[in-house]
Amino acid sequence: MIRGVFSVVLLSFFLAGTPRFASSEPASSDSLTVEKKEGKADFIIHHIVDGDKIDFEPFGTIVLPKWEPIQIGSFQVDLSPTKHTVFLWFNTFLILLLALTAASAYRKNSSGNFIPSTIGNLFEIMIEFIRDDIAKPMIGEHHYRKFLPFLLSAFLFVLVSNFMGLIPFGLSITGNINVTAALALVTFLTVHIYSGKSYWKHIFLPHVPWGLYPIMIPVEILGMFTKPFALAVRLFANMTGGHLVILTFIGLIFILESYYVALLSVPLALFIYLLELLVCLIQAYVFTMLSGVFIGMAVQNEEH
Amino acid sequence: MEGLASMGAYIGAGIGAGLAAIGAGIGISKLAASAIESSARQPEMAGDFRGTAILFAALIEGVALIAEVIGFLLVLTK
Repeated sequence: MIRGVFSVVLLSFFLAGTPRFASSEPASSDSLTVEKKEGKADFIIHHIVDGDKIDFEPFGTIVLPKWEPIQIGSFQVDLSPTKHTVFLWFNTFLILLLALTAASAYRKNSSGNFIPSTIGNLFEIMIEFIRDDIAKPMIGEHHYRKFLPFLLSAFLFVLVSNFMGLIPFGLSITGNINVTAALALVTFLTVHIYSGKSYWKHIFLPHVPWGLYPIMIPVEILGMFTKPFALAVRLFANMTGGHLVILTFIGLIFILESYYVALLSVPLALFIYLLELLVCLIQAYVFTMLSGVFIGMAVQNEEH
Repeated sequence: MEGLASMGAYIGAGIGAGLAAIGAGIGISKLAASAIESSARQPEMAGDFRGTAILFAALIEGVALIAEVIGFLLVLTK
């Protein structure tokens, strides 16, 4: 069971990098602003959107290879790597490395009381936080063990992805709507695969007079899809918005073409950067908690 | 005509983003006021209130951020 949920998560992370359907124009479909004229603020958009170059600017640029699109049915799927895909895999391997290092110490000393290493301590804090503050209250004592691996995977992935955008030369892949949409899709599938009888009863036989059913049932069915949609857009917009604000404050120097603007805009950008540190943590927490709330609403079977 | 349409997109995006900020500001300020008041009345429950407040702040913020994304798309694809 646990392994099944984990493989679904990994599969969706794999899918997150790939859905660039290039049916009509193969070359320039991933960028929204290709045809726009060159402006002073264009570097902001260049930082936000996906592309096939990784910038390590003073040291050069890595141009990623371009592969032939694969024909699946009537779709042409372009599987060539982009910078977000590269960082997606990098984050995944980083998390696997850290988590397996921490887990191996516990596997070796399964009995007895031993003192965990530094990284084991870090993971113990996070796992206890997710278990005691999110999984147990939101999902309930009976079911929470089944969903704890999913919540932990989602929390770690979102946290590491968010923080990668704050280090030099890094970029946060959660600023790409495809990644957050895939994460929300996993939550959607988890909710609907493990949903109990009362969840569907709540949708198709709500506790209202039957005359309201033509209104209530469409609204409830719409609610099934708006919850993961809001989950995806919230994470995406938070990360993109934070980066946009930082880049705009820095970009004011180049837009107004004066060195003195830096005296004002660099401290402001620094302030927003510190705010971003908080936002990265809170968004990872919120994503995990809302996933837990939705799962908890689906699996609880008591009558109300 | 082209210029008028893109001008309309800019104005619409600006007004939309501003209205979304007003709405989210009112929502979150009411939420914060209630959360602080409740934790002042019952300090032993402050931890629970904090978690609930973050949950509802995220829900309010989500609606505002969807409006911001729509404004962003208006400017980009005008």
